[in-house]
Amino acid sequence: MTGYRVAGRGRVDPDARLRFIFDGRSYEGLHGDTLASALLANGVHFVGRSFKYHRPRGIMSAGVEEANALVGVDRGRGRYTPNTRATVLELYDGLTAESQNYWPSLRYDIGAVNDIAAPLIPAGFYYKTFKWPASFWNKVYEPVIRRSAGLGRAPTAPDADRYASRFAHCDVLIVGAGPAGLAAALTASESGARVILADENPEIGGSLLSDPAVQIDGKDAWNWLEEARATLAGRANVTLLTRTTAIGYYHQNFLGLVQRLTDHLPAAASSLPRERMWKVRAAQVVLAQGAIERPLVFDGNDRPGVMLAGAGRSFLNRYGVKVGNRVAVVTVHDSAYLAAFDLARAGAGVATIVDLRRNPRAALLAEARSLGIEVLSGWTVTATKGRARIAEIRVNPVDQNGKVGAARMIGCDALLMSGGWTPSVHLFSHSKGALDWREDLQAFVPGAPNEAVRCAGAGNGTFGLAAALAEGAAAGAATAGSAGTPTVFSVDGEAPFSGVYFRELPTDRDPTRAKAFIDFQNDVTAKDIRLAVREGFRSIEHVKRYTTNGMATDQGKTSNINGLMIAADAVGKPAPEVGLTTFRPPYTPTTFGAFVGYSRDAHFEVERKTSIDSWAEANGAVFEPVSLWRRAWYFPRSGESMHEAVARECRATRRSLGIFDASTLGKIEVVGPDAAEFMNRMYTNAWTKLAPGRCRYGLLLGEDGFIRDDGVIGRLSDERFHVTTTTGGAARVLATMEDYLQTEWPDLKVWLTSTSEQWAVIALNGPNARKVLEPLVQGIDLNGEAFPHMAVREGKICGVPTRLFRVSFTGELGFEVNVPARFGLSVWKALIEQGRPYDITPYGTETMHALRAEKGFIIVGQDTDGTVTPHDAGMSWAIGKTKPDFVGKRSLARPDMQDPKRKQLVGLLTEKPETVLEEGAQIVDGPYAAVPMPMIGHVTSSYHSETLGRSIALALIQGGHGRKGETVYVPMPGAMHKATITDTVFVDKEGAKLNV
Amino acid sequence: MFLISCPFCGPREESEFSYGHEGHIARPADPDSLSDAEWADYLFMRKNPKGWHYERWNHARGCRRWFNVARHTVTHEIRAVYKMGDPPPAIEP
Amino acid sequence: MTMIDFSLRRSPLAHRGLIARAASDAAAREAGVTLGEQPHRCQINLRGDAGDSGFLAAVEDVTGLRLPVEPNTVATVEDLSALWLGPDEWLIVGPGGREGDLTGGLRGALEGRHFAVTDVSEARTVIAISGPHARDLLAKGTSLDLHPRVFGPGRCAQSGIAKATMILHQLDANGDGADGAGADEQPTFEIYIANSFADYLWTWLERAAAEYRVAVTAG
Repeated sequence: MTGYRVAGRGRVDPDARLRFIFDGRSYEGLHGDTLASALLANGVHFVGRSFKYHRPRGIMSAGVEEANALVGVDRGRGRYTPNTRATVLELYDGLTAESQNYWPSLRYDIGAVNDIAAPLIPAGFYYKTFKWPASFWNKVYEPVIRRSAGLGRAPTAPDADRYASRFAHCDVLIVGAGPAGLAAALTASESGARVILADENPEIGGSLLSDPAVQIDGKDAWNWLEEARATLAGRANVTLLTRTTAIGYYHQNFLGLVQRLTDHLPAAASSLPRERMWKVRAAQVVLAQGAIERPLVFDGNDRPGVMLAGAGRSFLNRYGVKVGNRVAVVTVHDSAYLAAFDLARAGAGVATIVDLRRNPRAALLAEARSLGIEVLSGWTVTATKGRARIAEIRVNPVDQNGKVGAARMIGCDALLMSGGWTPSVHLFSHSKGALDWREDLQAFVPGAPNEAVRCAGAGNGTFGLAAALAEGAAAGAATAGSAGTPTVFSVDGEAPFSGVYFRELPTDRDPTRAKAFIDFQNDVTAKDIRLAVREGFRSIEHVKRYTTNGMATDQGKTSNINGLMIAADAVGKPAPEVGLTTFRPPYTPTTFGAFVGYSRDAHFEVERKTSIDSWAEANGAVFEPVSLWRRAWYFPRSGESMHEAVARECRATRRSLGIFDASTLGKIEVVGPDAAEFMNRMYTNAWTKLAPGRCRYGLLLGEDGFIRDDGVIGRLSDERFHVTTTTGGAARVLATMEDYLQTEWPDLKVWLTSTSEQWAVIALNGPNARKVLEPLVQGIDLNGEAFPHMAVREGKICGVPTRLFRVSFTGELGFEVNVPARFGLSVWKALIEQGRPYDITPYGTETMHALRAEKGFIIVGQDTDGTVTPHDAGMSWAIGKTKPDFVGKRSLARPDMQDPKRKQLVGLLTEKPETVLEEGAQIVDGPYAAVPMPMIGHVTSSYHSETLGRSIALALIQGGHGRKGETVYVPMPGAMHKATITDTVFVDKEGAKLNV
Repeated sequence: MFLISCPFCGPREESEFSYGHEGHIARPADPDSLSDAEWADYLFMRKNPKGWHYERWNHARGCRRWFNVARHTVTHEIRAVYKMGDPPPAIEP
Repeated sequence: MTMIDFSLRRSPLAHRGLIARAASDAAAREAGVTLGEQPHRCQINLRGDAGDSGFLAAVEDVTGLRLPVEPNTVATVEDLSALWLGPDEWLIVGPGGREGDLTGGLRGALEGRHFAVTDVSEARTVIAISGPHARDLLAKGTSLDLHPRVFGPGRCAQSGIAKATMILHQLDANGDGADGAGADEQPTFEIYIANSFADYLWTWLERAAAEYRVAVTAG
């Protein structure tokens, strides 16, 4: 037992001793400790250095609001977490933590020179200083600032932990399991409502954990608490989540909760995730977040050993640790007396209570007297002394006129301060609820809600245990509607709870020299705030950004109100007129892992696979992602480069036979008596006269007249079309079709059904395609006259039903074999087997792209970009000229769309046949035009054409259709390439190879 | 994330839906009879109000039906969901 | 003439070797959650007017099923079920092999009405999830409320799971009690998942289930 541990106090287990390491030194703590309480039990206050001035800092709180005691925790490789608040870090055996923001050591830190230079580093220092010369920005200022910026050390190894996430639904979500939240949960769950009660602490109880002497319903607080816990745990309709922080409150009562599952365990079972994100949809929400104590603003209020009074009380009552052996108190609020009294009774010497108020309650004064504590009412604290820990405070009387009298020094080893309490309205603010100013509390409290939410307890500005319990019970009952009856609680031994508000404490010294901190984490002082206002910042949002007040990871939990009050004073407006800055999620710093959940590694994104994917993988395919699919890109043989493989695949397809997995194409079945009329209205082409058994290339526009999608569409019968879409457009096209069908033309008798996944599609291309199919196909005459190009037949292949399309995306004799997806692989293998005599060659998307480019076939989204009309793309032939209307038709008649200077799709042949232009490269008219050169277009597709033995490209060029034969230039890194504008069809212009 | 009540499937998370912009803009029956300005107005001009907005949503991951939603663009309160073709409900400002 | 043996049909999870991995019955009973594939189920997409009593009667004549008109519900008669997908859309499911007679039968019976019958048996496979943690596992991926008060036996929904889209069906409880006794503690769900997403979803489910005791079952 160390000198600061108080036997018989707290909820720690004195028999469960734990070893831990802080900054390389080994210490002992108890099960139930936080790192902060364990360090304090060892007499360690000085635990870190501040962000900007590198001032020594101690533990200032006992909870999530901690702004000073931020440590790095090392749980092994891939498990390092910086900026963990020591006050909520549960101790476990072997815990290893380090302090931050120093070099070379916490005690001797070079950066502390910033503190001596503090007058030179006022608010806005960086904005003012690093402006010139501009040449210094990149080479000097940024590297220097980056090196010194940042808090803690970012981990570099991949996170070795797993993270879980889940959705949850409930009737009532209660945030905070202090007295108000517990009362709400007990009441709300009585009727059988599904209740989730979440609290960020390891155990429920909230303020009761630090207040064991008070009595509820005639029981000691902790006994009552245990009964409440058992009652809730026994109700199947209650989900009790501890170590669970509500981080954000979103629309329609959607809240994010992060549950910490393993951080408190020495070695977690490997199947356990570290954290679980709960995505909760609640019919009703009760916020019982409690309140956070305010620091007082005086010179040296950040010295190690200075902490919030309530924290001093928590360390004693909850953890059995006295924060000092000679404790001083400075306060403007009754609650600090309770800490002093409890500490005095526990045997800690309490030196003095300095109360800024002239007339504290008589009862408090009497109790102080009985405990032998001196109370200086109407006095102020004007300075602190001590290096690694406070040793003395300087106190002065303040007379009725505010005049500060002669100073007196008081020795102490800890100073507890209380500036009153601020209701935690963070989550209520996330939900866009309005905040009301409470003059009596000098604080904002929840006002008109924007969601189905109720607030209760200190977080609602309702202080005092009895009042909080009653308000919590009422909130819980209200969630159950008329069925709810609030549980009634009786409370004994409740302490007085009132106070006043002070900005900077009165002082006899020059206030411009005071280091009176507002934001401890970002090192913002009172004079920084006043300077910002003097320099012209009036909006609190601007003051915040200029001074960085409240912008640290603690989100201003202890600094926002003090910053606001001082800014309001400086501006000369009442605080509510200046207003509070916006609270944003997350409430406390949250690991990236919790947000990522399962979406990492193989599950980072969906990878869709065709039924033939496994064959491609087994046969050495290199894959590329195409929308969510992984598609075979090319099939290199051993030793082949990509270029060699693609060239071989192209040759084989043009000369004999290639086979390609086209299963990713979108497919939509359009069925009904009005199917042809529907197709007429959707697509540019005319469909009425398309005979069953024939296909047509279809072009789909947006209502703005630009190309959105394309594909071959087969008519299976008068009332049934088999529509294919691009791979990436499948879902979008179906949604668009449904949109028009349901909202514009509900009178049309048409049904749409996606069959994308029903059919595997195998494309066979090449002069020998028919020969391979013939022995395998039943019931379809493959003869060129019986089954011409752009026709579809239904029959069987290998005994499996097929929809056989005679289409070509390569310019060769081509078939697309649609078979039920489960047979895709078997049919593919049968075709490969049958094709061996013809050296059948599987090819990937790269060869497909190159072969189609040789024919000038566009790829929507590559050769078009949402600004290309059918005419621009050279496809006016695809427009049904006599149709009265189709989607996008009217837009094509707009003058802009007829402009001959529009960018139009053309071919490009480089002067040097070996030059393959970069896709996306800009095109200019002349190589010597003045910079900036007017850009007249860009390259959309570019390949080496194996067929032609040279490069080819497609490009969008202003007025390109009328410029064939002209020369343009393509600037690329290192060279300016000359190219000639051509037709888009490079191979077999007359299409002879198709009609065989 | 919004909770949207599909008129067919019931309340579902926003992630099941896709947004279809302002509602109650009927496609002109005879686009050719419109001037360029009128057509541009149909194509591009939207109210974008601060307040109640009548808009279209599609239950993309559910029944694939389109429907209308009355949503407040500031508070994000959803006051009404109703089927295509139904008139917009009157909402007190 | 090369003929394909129908046994060579390959489900999209065939490469996972799930049958070989199947746990013993005892291990499956001990598991927090079991996962298994039920491949090759007959699935017919049916579109029609739910307000047309003749349409409903014709479907009932062929299938024995009274199409459910209450949203998110399933009608089951013997080995056929009809899942409500939308106000005018159903998925009729049954044993593999019924595709031909159901498609033909329905088209014949509905002749003259405005309908669509589309065989989509090949489009999706079925992953069955059972056990005391089945709901917890599903809740990791779907935002549907699966509480027994909301989503019990005989209910279905189209929704998302992880980053995929699914049709979810909670089966009627086996054994005693048509009211689904036992389904609260040991619910069985079936996920209809498109082929191309099946591998993603299966591996996702196995990973998400890792914190429970998970067993693979042979269907």
